[in-house]
Amino acid sequence: MKSISLLAPGHRGCAGCCDAMAAKFTLMGAGEDCIVVSPTGCLEVMTTPYPETSWDVPWIHSLFENAGAVASGIEAGLKALGKQGTKVIAMGGDGATMDIGLQALSGAFERGHNITYVCIDNEAYMNTGVQRSAATPYGASTTTSPAGKVSFGNPRPKKNMPAIILAHGSPYVATTSLAYPKDMIAKVKKATEIEGPTYIHCHAPCTTGWGFDTSKTVEVARMAVQTGLWPLYEVEDGKVTKVRKIGNNKKPVEEYLKMQRRFKHLFTMEGGAEEIAKIQAIADKNIEEFGL
Amino acid sequence: MAHEMKMDKKNMVVVEGSYAVAHAVKTCRPNVISAYPITPQTHIVEDLSKFMADGEIPNCEYINVESEFSALSALVGSSAVGARSYSATTSQGLELMHEVLFNVAGMRLPIIMTVANRAVSAPINIWNDHQDSISQRDTGWIQLYAENTQEISDMTAQAFKISEDRDIMMPSMTCMDGFILSHVYEPLVLLEQDITDEFLPPFRPERILDPKNPMTFGAFADPHFYTEFRYQQERAMQNSLKKIEDVANEFYDMYGRYFGGLIDEYQTEDADIIIMAMGSIIGTIKDVIDHLREKNVKIGLLKVRAFRPFPAQAIMNVIKDAKVVVVLDKNISLGMNAGALFIETKSVLYNTDIDVPVIGYMIGQGGRDIPMSTIEKIISDAEEVMRSGIKIESQFTDLKEELL
Ligand SMILES: Cc1ncc(C[n+]2csc(CCOP(=O)(O)OP(=O)(O)O)c2C)c(N)n1
Ligand code: SF4
Repeated sequence: MKSISLLAPGHRGCAGCCDAMAAKFTLMGAGEDCIVVSPTGCLEVMTTPYPETSWDVPWIHSLFENAGAVASGIEAGLKALGKQGTKVIAMGGDGATMDIGLQALSGAFERGHNITYVCIDNEAYMNTGVQRSAATPYGASTTTSPAGKVSFGNPRPKKNMPAIILAHGSPYVATTSLAYPKDMIAKVKKATEIEGPTYIHCHAPCTTGWGFDTSKTVEVARMAVQTGLWPLYEVEDGKVTKVRKIGNNKKPVEEYLKMQRRFKHLFTMEGGAEEIAKIQAIADKNIEEFGL
Repeated sequence: MAHEMKMDKKNMVVVEGSYAVAHAVKTCRPNVISAYPITPQTHIVEDLSKFMADGEIPNCEYINVESEFSALSALVGSSAVGARSYSATTSQGLELMHEVLFNVAGMRLPIIMTVANRAVSAPINIWNDHQDSISQRDTGWIQLYAENTQEISDMTAQAFKISEDRDIMMPSMTCMDGFILSHVYEPLVLLEQDITDEFLPPFRPERILDPKNPMTFGAFADPHFYTEFRYQQERAMQNSLKKIEDVANEFYDMYGRYFGGLIDEYQTEDADIIIMAMGSIIGTIKDVIDHLREKNVKIGLLKVRAFRPFPAQAIMNVIKDAKVVVVLDKNISLGMNAGALFIETKSVLYNTDIDVPVIGYMIGQGGRDIPMSTIEKIISDAEEVMRSGIKIESQFTDLKEELL
């Protein structure tokens, strides 16, 4: 572990920002011999207000939906120029990864480029003001899926992005969480050392978008894992090789939901209890599937 | 003219236009090629793929992407690490790249792309006009238009040299008429490797993504800074005006071939009527001029080779003493009822002492044939304008009233 962060302090994100933490842990795992691509989103905007930059590694932002393709080109360019050893990492939000950038990402993984993609999943489009994405969980209120008299918020469960990446035959797919920095750093290190396109999906609670105190990012993240709503696992060559057990520490989903403003309506609206039960069912299914 | 062609018939081969382009690209020693197939560009990328399969392009990676959007996006990455980067596309593919085109120019990445010009949908149409590249006019790409297969081949090397110049660092589109040039077999001289190695130095950009000297590309620029980025892009475009001329002359000195710099001229010295156009239609116009000159019609041709940067001064120098200027456009700005070359030619004359009538014709849309008789008809209109002034400023050509 490096003592000096490759992401310099003084970025313009919110206090307790999830994207900044995720970027820092990623760089700790990758080391300094890397090139980073970030799509448009909070991380990009807050770290590179010209003429300043937080990045102590070479970094490029092109567009919102092309990080997978830009990373492909960097890898191909380095190869053609005979530059070996430099790791190519793309790091972007859930919107950039799972929605608008999915095609470019799929292409990069299908072609088998030697890159590592880190999805920083804060479960909505934060940079534009907390609109829903394909990663927004069931029942969350966002600015484009607001709770209202006839709505309990987002009507769909999260898209299973790691499974989509696995379908591409990726040699290494892992989930991680900001609550477990060591886990994240180790997984990034491993991913960047494995040849081929590897993927890490990081659950990253956003203080502003989810509505919790800026000091609680890690606590909220940990609760997601302890309820079973965010299982931590590794898949190598298509087989689940490691799972973080919760065992007797298992918490009911209410404890997670009530920490956050985006689920507040579930506790005040008539019929909210049934909605919470549906969310509990999602957690129970994860617990069963991964043997948490 | 000072540029007498020195082409040895012995060195000529009969090949398809697309093959000539692919061969030229190979000769320029690219490091990364990334493209997605679309008619009529396909033969170029197929020929390049074959060169790759036969190990004929050293130190090069070919990325078979899943879309044109990713084709150009991948080149953003490769060019930023210092790899000479190339793509080819047309029509729908070029329009899909729109957002990336701005991004490439804004990041000052000297990527070269061949555009096999084709009409845009709807209705879907695979034949030639210039609507696709003209619609990308303001994206910050240098746009050069070729008259024949020899020119598009030679232009490929010229474009790399222009774009990669330190005072420019702007991307270029080299435009060839789809099918008319991409699929035609004509005798030409393939770009010579030995001369090209001397003509085109290796790509060594000053700023690249390199862990030994970390830099940030594509930062967020607020209103305090954004204008200056745009200004510098415009200045680079203005620098390229001279560079395009210089490179064409240097190319002539080394290879013996010349097709114009920013523009080219044919029979303009004493011309009362000057026709302006871009692309393969130039050949037809020259034939018409030869024919009419025999009948003592004083007519000349101004071939526009660079549409961006727009060669305002060069154009004014040629047309200032003419009695009428006729502009042919294979594109339309809908709602303006005029083509782009016509609109811009008129705009550069305003606020000057030059007072020459300019009339415009939108011609060859979606690949409609342009026979010599159509151009002759346009010229007789121009003669009428000389006699009695402009009646219709801009119009469609060969419109079939019975289909409306
Ligand atoms: C083509 C395009 N559409 C929309 C936008 C506007 N936009 C910029 S960032 C963003 C959301 C980013 O969300 P996400 O990827 O989840 O990252 P976050 O900001 O939440 O970290 C959107 C919608 C854009 N920049 N480009
Ligand atoms: S809105 Fe969320 S992701 Fe964006 S800067 Fe604030 S905490 Fe970070």
